[in-house]
Amino acid sequence: MSLSRIILYVAVGLILVWLMVPVLIIVPMSFSGARFLAFPPPSWSLRWYEAYLESAAWMQATRVSLILAVSSAIIATVLGTAAAYALNLSTSRLVRSLQVVLLLPLVVPIVITAVGVFLVYANVGLLATMSGLILANVMLGLPFVIISVLTGLRKFDPAQEMVSRSLGMNRLRTFFIVTLPQIRPSVISGLLFAFISALDETVVAIFISGGEYQTLTKRMFTALRDEIDPTIAAISTLLTAISFLMVILVSLSARTAPRKNADA
Amino acid sequence: MSASPSDPSVVHKRQEQRLVLLLLAPSLAVVGCLLIVPLCWLVWQSVRQDGAFTLAHYARFFSDAVYWTTFLQTFRIAFIVTAVTVLLGYPIAYVAAGASRRWSIFILAMVILPFWTSVLVRAYAWLILLQRRGLVNSVLTDFGLIQNPLALVNNELGTVIATVHILLPFMVLPLYATMQKIPAELTMAGASLGGTPFYVFTRVFLPLSLPGVVAGMVLVFVLTLGFYITPELLGGGRTYMVSMLVSRNIEVYNEWGAASSISIVLLACVFLVFRLASLIIPFERIMGAR
Repeated sequence: MSLSRIILYVAVGLILVWLMVPVLIIVPMSFSGARFLAFPPPSWSLRWYEAYLESAAWMQATRVSLILAVSSAIIATVLGTAAAYALNLSTSRLVRSLQVVLLLPLVVPIVITAVGVFLVYANVGLLATMSGLILANVMLGLPFVIISVLTGLRKFDPAQEMVSRSLGMNRLRTFFIVTLPQIRPSVISGLLFAFISALDETVVAIFISGGEYQTLTKRMFTALRDEIDPTIAAISTLLTAISFLMVILVSLSARTAPRKNADA
Repeated sequence: MSASPSDPSVVHKRQEQRLVLLLLAPSLAVVGCLLIVPLCWLVWQSVRQDGAFTLAHYARFFSDAVYWTTFLQTFRIAFIVTAVTVLLGYPIAYVAAGASRRWSIFILAMVILPFWTSVLVRAYAWLILLQRRGLVNSVLTDFGLIQNPLALVNNELGTVIATVHILLPFMVLPLYATMQKIPAELTMAGASLGGTPFYVFTRVFLPLSLPGVVAGMVLVFVLTLGFYITPELLGGGRTYMVSMLVSRNIEVYNEWGAASSISIVLLACVFLVFRLASLIIPFERIMGAR
């Protein structure tokens, strides 16, 4: 191996370590026995997890965030899959420009989106409500589902749908029996991505959530502006564990994907 | 051959169009009501004051120093972050694209795991690492490399470090997707024709990977322009980015006209970057939708 190769590999190794360290550093911090954040922690304990679990405010925020993430992910997946199917079906220029519109939530700076949603909600009375939070996160999750499902549909051979329909199945049944099983991995990864994006969403929540319906991330953000409370390390560790679990689920669902077309 | 309205293929085509619109309608309704309508509303608000038309909110961009220094700082940070992520991201994607299957999965996992971790959590982690008595400073002091703790956070440096960390995956993933498609035969042919590795890389591989570089740079640049959580937590009030200016105008001053005009200018910058980039590479490809 040439010297330049070795330098390249070492550099890449260091960058990857640099990428992972901040994500992993909060884990030992969360098990610290001290009030201040020293590393390595002077003693170990579960006190910050206890503080989290015993706090009614944190628990309520966790409930809000979980309900929000699950319901908005499901709704975004249903709407987004339908939209992706339509986008894949049509070849018209108009529909292509509609695709750009549906991807806009990813492009518009999140503060502007938050201000806009706040404006609308202030006028229709959806501020500090669960349905308002869910609806906003459906919008933010849509692009992830659409991109993921579109990728799946492009690999899918549309001739199979035609065969099924020529054999007398209608379009809806064809979709559920022929198409959906084959694009399932992309639908699932879209769903999980929408879930994690809703669980982690902070900026829109800062603007529109409040009172009883504050999300976990909004509470964390507010707490962080005041002081670095180790309870947040415990919550962060849990959130990161959920993220890692999602990545594993996505890769598993990709692995169990039915081999496309080969045996069809 | 002209098709009559009762021609089965025309009827079928019309049915299909109706289906397409039906399936798109719910998503379009959500995005329309929660994004398009409010954006138009912001445009309207930005030119109104006490019920009359005005350009006063935009005039402040020229008269009020806070406005243009904030935009200047935001653009400077965006340029720095974009440059650093290219420098760090290119080698990662290059090694991942050329490695064996097992290694490339491993490298991508190291990129994707942080990518899926909450931005708030990662900003918090950097706060722990970089603060005055944080991990980095204590390690450096323990090894006698520094006498006094370095000011790594509550300034632009801390903001840039955390922003690069958060956005690096957005650079690596499109780069990897592009590099993976470059046929190995091309570089082999270059080498067999007598090119040195460096020559083959700069003349064959690098130009072919440029669409990925552009896609990654556009994403990172645009996302940095709209960053909020990270400068708010790591900037210590000294790093002032456009998003913070928007939120301050609403939360603190209740100045909707100002907040609207700043939002519209920021949005125009974002669209301009995408427009320029789309001359080189289509929008859908930047977003990974194709």
